[in-house]
Order: sequence, then C-alpha cells, then structure tokens
Amino acid sequence: MEIPESVKKRVSIPFEEHFYAGHTACQGCGAALGLRYVLKAYGKKTIFSIPACCSTIIAGPWPYSAFGAPLFHTAFETTGAVIGGIEAALKAKGYKVKGEDGIMVVGWAGDGGTADIGLQALSGFLERGHDAVYIMYDNEAYMNTGIQRSSSTPYGAWTTNTPGGKKHFLEKRHKKSVIDIVIAHDIPYAATASIAYPEDFIRKLKKAQKIKGPSFIQLYASCPTGWRSPTDKSIELARLAVQTAYFPLYEYENGKYKINMPSTKKEPKPLIEFLKLQGRFKYMTKEDIEILQEWVLKRWELLKKKAEIFG
Amino acid sequence: MVKKVVSGNYAAAYAAKHARVEVVAAYPITPQTSIIEKIAEFIANGESDIQYVPVESEHSAMAACIGASATGARAFTATSAQGLALMHEMLHWASGARLPIVMVDVNRAMAPPWSVWDDQTDSLAQRDTGWMQFYAENNQEVYDGVLMAFKVAEHKDVQLPAMIIESAFILSHTYAIVDMPPQEEIDEFLPPRKPLYTLTDFDNPIAVGALATPADYYEFRYKIAKAMEKAKEVIKEVGKEFGERFGRDYSQMIELYKTEDADIVFMGMGSLMGTVKEAVDVLRREGYKVGAAKVRWFRPFPSEELYELAKNVQGIAVLDRNFSFGQEGILFNEAKGVLYNTDAKPIMKDYIVGIGGRDFTVEDVKKIANDMLKIVESGKLDEEVDWFHLKR
Repeated sequence: MEIPESVKKRVSIPFEEHFYAGHTACQGCGAALGLRYVLKAYGKKTIFSIPACCSTIIAGPWPYSAFGAPLFHTAFETTGAVIGGIEAALKAKGYKVKGEDGIMVVGWAGDGGTADIGLQALSGFLERGHDAVYIMYDNEAYMNTGIQRSSSTPYGAWTTNTPGGKKHFLEKRHKKSVIDIVIAHDIPYAATASIAYPEDFIRKLKKAQKIKGPSFIQLYASCPTGWRSPTDKSIELARLAVQTAYFPLYEYENGKYKINMPSTKKEPKPLIEFLKLQGRFKYMTKEDIEILQEWVLKRWELLKKKAEIFG
Repeated sequence: MVKKVVSGNYAAAYAAKHARVEVVAAYPITPQTSIIEKIAEFIANGESDIQYVPVESEHSAMAACIGASATGARAFTATSAQGLALMHEMLHWASGARLPIVMVDVNRAMAPPWSVWDDQTDSLAQRDTGWMQFYAENNQEVYDGVLMAFKVAEHKDVQLPAMIIESAFILSHTYAIVDMPPQEEIDEFLPPRKPLYTLTDFDNPIAVGALATPADYYEFRYKIAKAMEKAKEVIKEVGKEFGERFGRDYSQMIELYKTEDADIVFMGMGSLMGTVKEAVDVLRREGYKVGAAKVRWFRPFPSEELYELAKNVQGIAVLDRNFSFGQEGILFNEAKGVLYNTDAKPIMKDYIVGIGGRDFTVEDVKKIANDMLKIVESGKLDEEVDWFHLKR
C-alpha cells in the first residue's frame, strides 16, 4: 500500500525496511521490534555484530539472513571487542565511520551478554573510545537458553533457575544498573529506550550516530515467552515499565542527565500494574511487591536528583 | 637486504610492520610484551600507521582481530601461555569464520606453578583449533615465518589463521642477526590482502557464522579439513618462492639435517633444534651416524615427509618440550600415529626435555644418542617415555 506523503511527513520513523519478514522471533518479541527500528534508523550501511542470544536465532540460520545489512555473529562475551576491531579495520581502510554518511558499527547484545559475560569487553570498548554504538536489548533473563536469571533480572522474578517452589526460591537480587556502570566510563552518550516509544528510540539512535566516540543504549524489550505474558501485551508492558518508573527513559550526554519519561511532575503509576500482567511475578508475596516497589521509587528519586543536579 | 641485530620479539614486530599489517589488537604478557611495545614504537615514530587496539584481555585481543579481519583488514596479534589459553574459544572462532589472522605465540609454560620459561604445551594444547602452527628455530625464522604465514593464510584455497611460535627468552629476548629484505621486495612477495568476503559490501550484505543445522555443519568442517590439507601444498609453494626471492628455502615442512645416512634421527620443534643440530655436528665428528629432523609446521602435520624420513632410519628419538597428561609427548604421539598404517616402523622413543625452561644441552643430546643407539642395537625399547632430566 502506498503511504500518502501527508502521513509520511508526520512520522519520524523511517518507512524504509531493512529487517525482513522471515525472521524467526517469537510472537510479540521486543527484540525483533528493536532490530527493526535500528535498521530503520541506520539503514543498510551498518555493520552488526551479535553475540550468542535470541537475535542469533532471530536473524535466521545459514544461509539466510533477515538483515538487510552485513552481520557478524560472534561469541557470547565478545561484542564490545569485535565491534572495536571492526571499527579499527574501517579506519585502517580509510572508511568514514559514524556521522551522517559514515558506516555505522552496531553491537547488539542481550542483557546476559552485556551485564554478565560481556561486561569486560563492553568496558574495554567504552574505555577505548571506539566510534560505534552498543545496544543492550534488555529482556531481563537468558531467554535464548530457556529463561535463566541474569544480573539484569528483577527482584522477585520467576526464571527457570529461580523457580519459586516451596522454598520461595525467586530472584533475590535487584536488577543491576548496567547504564550506571557505562556512565562511569565517562562516554559522550548513554541512554535508556523502550520498544514502546519508537520515536524516542529512533531519536536516540540518530543522536548516537552523530556523536563522536562510543554510545550506549539500553533498550527495554519485552519477552512474552520469558515473562509469561500475553503476546499482545508486549508494547503495553514496555510502556508500563516506563510509566511506573521501573524503567525510566533518560539520556546522559556529556555529563548531563535528562529524563524523558515518565513525567517528573507527578507520581509514577503503581508498580503492581506492570507486575500483574506477567506470570513471572505471580509467586511474589505482598511483601516482595512492596520491596520491589520501594526499590523502584528509591531509584527514581535518585535519578531525579541526578537530573536536578547534573541537568 | 638489511641486517639487523634483534631479539626474536623484535623480529616478530618488524615482520608485522613489513607485512603491512593494518590492525593489531593485543594484551601484554611476559615474555610477549616487547613485540607489542616495538609495534607501538613504530606507530609513535610515524614509521607505521597500524591501527593499534590496546584491549583489556587476550580473549578480546583475538575477538578484535576477528572483527578486523572479517572487515577485510590484515590483522596481527601476539601472546603467550595463559593468554593463549584465554583465547582458546576465539581461536576456534577465527578458523571457523575462515579468517587469515596471524599471531605470534611465545611458548611459555602453563601455571601453576608460575613459570615464564619455555615450554610448548601452551601452543600444542591449541592443536585442534584449526590454526596452522609454525615452530621457529631462531629469530630469522620468526621473521620469515610471519611473512610466509600471511601469504599462506590469505591464499584463496586456505583462508585459515596461522600461529608462529617462538621460545620464551631463548628466542624472544635473545639478540641475533636477522636479514630483512627491502620493503618493496616484501610487497612483491606479499601483496595487499584480497579477502573473499568482507563486512563492507553493503550491496551484498552477508551474515557470517549464522546457525548451521546438522544438515550443514558437517560440510563446514569438511571444508576446513580440506583447506588444511591444501595448506600443505601452499606452504611448500610459498616456502619455495620465499627461498627463490630471499635465499632462505622453506619448501620442506620438516627440515632435515644430515639424515641421508643417519641410523638415528632426533626429531623435535623450535629453538631446541638449534642445540640438536650443533650436537649432531659434534657427534658426527665422533663417528655417530645421527641426524636431525626439525618439524617446522605442526599443523598441518607433514605426514608424508615424516614417512619418507622414517622409511630410512632405524630409530627416531622424539624430543618433546611438552606433555599430554595421561598419554605422552605430543609430537611423539602424533608421529607414531602417522606411521601406524605404513611400512615404516623405526623404533621410536619419547624424551621429555626442556619443559618449563629446563636447560637442554649438547651433552644431553649426546646422552640421548647413546641411549637410543643401545635400543636400536638390542632392538629392545626399555620405555616409551623418558622423563629425561628428572632428579633421581
């Protein structure tokens, strides 16, 4: 169907598609949506590297690829190092990297591949200042291996290795804040984003493209399979994560914090609205929910303070 | 031809520069450090415009080389022992993705206990990763090996990574004369890399390393096996060309030294073979009919050349500066395996020597010669594996 120019003008998301039908993501997969937006934002002059994660499978088996851009599959813990090597090679060969007409180098890794096994390579990548974008798509567990907890899994969540049971053996630690670790590297640009807010995500991708040096985006990406949630609730859940301030959207740019969403002027929605739609939280007691709610608000207050002081 | 007095490590660094390497990603480890220091110095002096990625681990060093090589660049790194072991996963990745990366490994003993001295177990433990392995006897061979390795690795029918291996300190930190051909002659020998695929072809985007089901994985492995087989031919061709251009012939994967009429041959790899050759001269003067066989390339393994040698000798004393626990020295194990289905059946004994940097001398070779002669004359092998230096 031809899209009228009048419509095109009003939408900030590029209409061009470089992520093709035939990919093998589950229904309602947030990661697949995220990939689609990244490819829309950066186009085909983009080199991807993806470690072991759902996206390894989503991209399609040999000899297929759902990507309209080159893709290098790599080992679990190596995303930061591989994109660093790609960028170094492009520079050695005299290519323009990043910027409006330069080649984009994108590392696309899950939360396990970033917060856990890939943290060292990520740190090296950030610290060395490579001109590339690292996107952590955060679905809060090792989904591809069958829903095991990662350090990005929230308190109280059921996973296959925090299975609840008689002993109430659920995730006991709060979600690790990878973006705070990233910001500690004093890189030019870091942001959180959500598949529920594509215009915001694309704007951030475009900003990362223009900025010299390493950029990092932590993208909240729903996983109905791992979250035990209805496949038609993926966007709603990602939106609620923002509205409850469980996963606020913000940017860190050259030392300054800027909160995008939710509004800092009013109270965030109660966390229970986000929790109740997901089977993974069904074993939480009232007390557990209070603990998590309290943590969310404490983190939210801290972020607001940062934005106030370093805004 | 420029002659420079350099350490083995500097020879490696000069070779990387002369090979016009485009990306170096490396992490420091004793005794490899002076390779990457020298390369940094070349860059600092404006002698080279290598992109230098000072990574945070050896695992990332290999991963960055992999990214660079897949993007079409000529990539180089160097490491040793623990660093090589940490890379292990990515060594498989480099060969599986068919990337002609060249790496220098400075042979060093694995810990614990800590040791920084010469031992081949670090590199031999990487035997099955799909990397070619060249063991250098001296600094000249380190230099020549790096140049040849790129040419072999980048050959369109090979497309596999290669490891040039030198001894800790014995070569890495010992100075010797190294002949370095003029840059333009090296450029003729080793033109810029022509990758079969790169990640920069945006009109024909490729996905490298995607999931292969049981219906396809098998063939991927067969292709590597065939490429490794083909590498034997390419190694000989490149070694011959190198000899014609620069006067040092490497057309043989096993260098034979005075083996024509030898009853007993000492077989080994790396710097210890320098000592062995000297010992052969001494022993020959004393009337011993002995020779030396230096295995230059361990992967691919020179089975045919070994067979030709084994046919005509009575005994082979294998000198293993390495050990596979629960079995025997690794070269010994491989050599025996090669000969099993042939009519060449010399008596073979494995001498475990020089492990962890233990001194291995001309006197030691003499002792081994006498032991081996006794075995050959009596036809009785007392033991297959001899922990030769053991304090008893």
